[in-house]
Amino acid sequence: MKVVKVLGPGCKRCTATAEMVQKEAEALGVAVTIEKVTDYAAIAGYGIAATPGVVIDGTVVHAGGLPKPDDVRRWLSA
Amino acid sequence: MTLASPHPDRALARKLAATAGVLAAWVALYAALPALSETLAASLPLDPKSGLGRAVAFFLYDTPKVLLLLTLVVFAMGVVRSFFSPERTRALLAGRRLGTGNVAAAALGVLTPFCSCSAVPLFIGFVGAGVPLGVTFSFLIAAPMVNEVALGLLWALVGWKVALTYLGFGLGVAIVAGLVIGRLNLEAWLERWVRELRTAPVGVAAASPGLADRIDAGTEAVREIVGRVWIWVVAGIALGAGIHGFAPADLLAAAMGRDAWWSVPAAVVIGIPMYANAAGIVPVVEALLGKGAALGTALAFMMSVTALSLPELVILRKVLTLRLIAVFVGVVGLGILAVGFLFNALFGP
Repeated sequence: MKVVKVLGPGCKRCTATAEMVQKEAEALGVAVTIEKVTDYAAIAGYGIAATPGVVIDGTVVHAGGLPKPDDVRRWLSA
Repeated sequence: MTLASPHPDRALARKLAATAGVLAAWVALYAALPALSETLAASLPLDPKSGLGRAVAFFLYDTPKVLLLLTLVVFAMGVVRSFFSPERTRALLAGRRLGTGNVAAAALGVLTPFCSCSAVPLFIGFVGAGVPLGVTFSFLIAAPMVNEVALGLLWALVGWKVALTYLGFGLGVAIVAGLVIGRLNLEAWLERWVRELRTAPVGVAAASPGLADRIDAGTEAVREIVGRVWIWVVAGIALGAGIHGFAPADLLAAAMGRDAWWSVPAAVVIGIPMYANAAGIVPVVEALLGKGAALGTALAFMMSVTALSLPELVILRKVLTLRLIAVFVGVVGLGILAVGFLFNALFGP
């Protein structure tokens, strides 16, 4: 079970990122729980400066802009 | 699991060839545009000397021209921006002193990808990592005001001299306003939780992008930005075309001309609460200029619309106290005012 956190104040891209992770996880058959982190202080605590950010099992793998589907698959299958 | 191509060199060569092909098509199309639009306008059952005829001819020529130039500028900036990220910019700016720090921050504000929805995470990310407050503000002022859409559209609609001037004066406002805010030592006016926040910047583990990725970034920027703003551009040009064809030439000379000194503060005050992206505002600026508005007044209006807006201030309220927001608006507003006056004084009609 991978814990994926999507960091972002609730902008359109943040929602799209969470949906993309969900879809790719289902396609790969990887069990995930997706958690949205919307609190600014919590987001800043991860050390990123642009949203959306993606954290997988505690590691920041992405910050700023919509991630590429290829990258999402790579993170989930790593 | 990256689906890497078995022949990365060959894939890159194909991509470069495709890019060169598209660029060549762009040049050919741009060169043929005056003749094409003229032929198209002439084929319509309209008197070319009538108001409607002039408006339609203007629209048919300007719309493809502006969209072509905008696409080129956005692509180029998309490639350039792939060299920068907010995290890298922050690392470059952390611990910088006022002065050089402000200049670097304003310049990086133009080059770093920025979305106003990211303004707050970016702000606290910068301040928490030790970027001085004044330097952070220089970045935050330059990023939305001087961007590729504003510059590309100004270049396309009003000319490259005005675009370069906007770039220069926009950077000037960002640098000076950031310096002033830094000198005032207002760190105590940040919201308490922001002051106490100390972040440990992380390096996002991403492979350094190659040339093919950078071309992809440019293409992606075109799809995203041009895909989002084209409708505003077309609407703006349609409005401009209407004004072009029907409004008398010196309609605005009295209200927004050089002789009306009060028009600059009026333009700034009206522009501050307004929120419009550059795509919507530049065609309006062009129309204002065409009808006798002074350049400094029009640029001051555009700067205050893009640099300061009510929605952005509401978002920033989460991290700044009201007093600090007031100082921010006051300092930036005064800077824009100075640009407007200076411009009207320097460049007569």
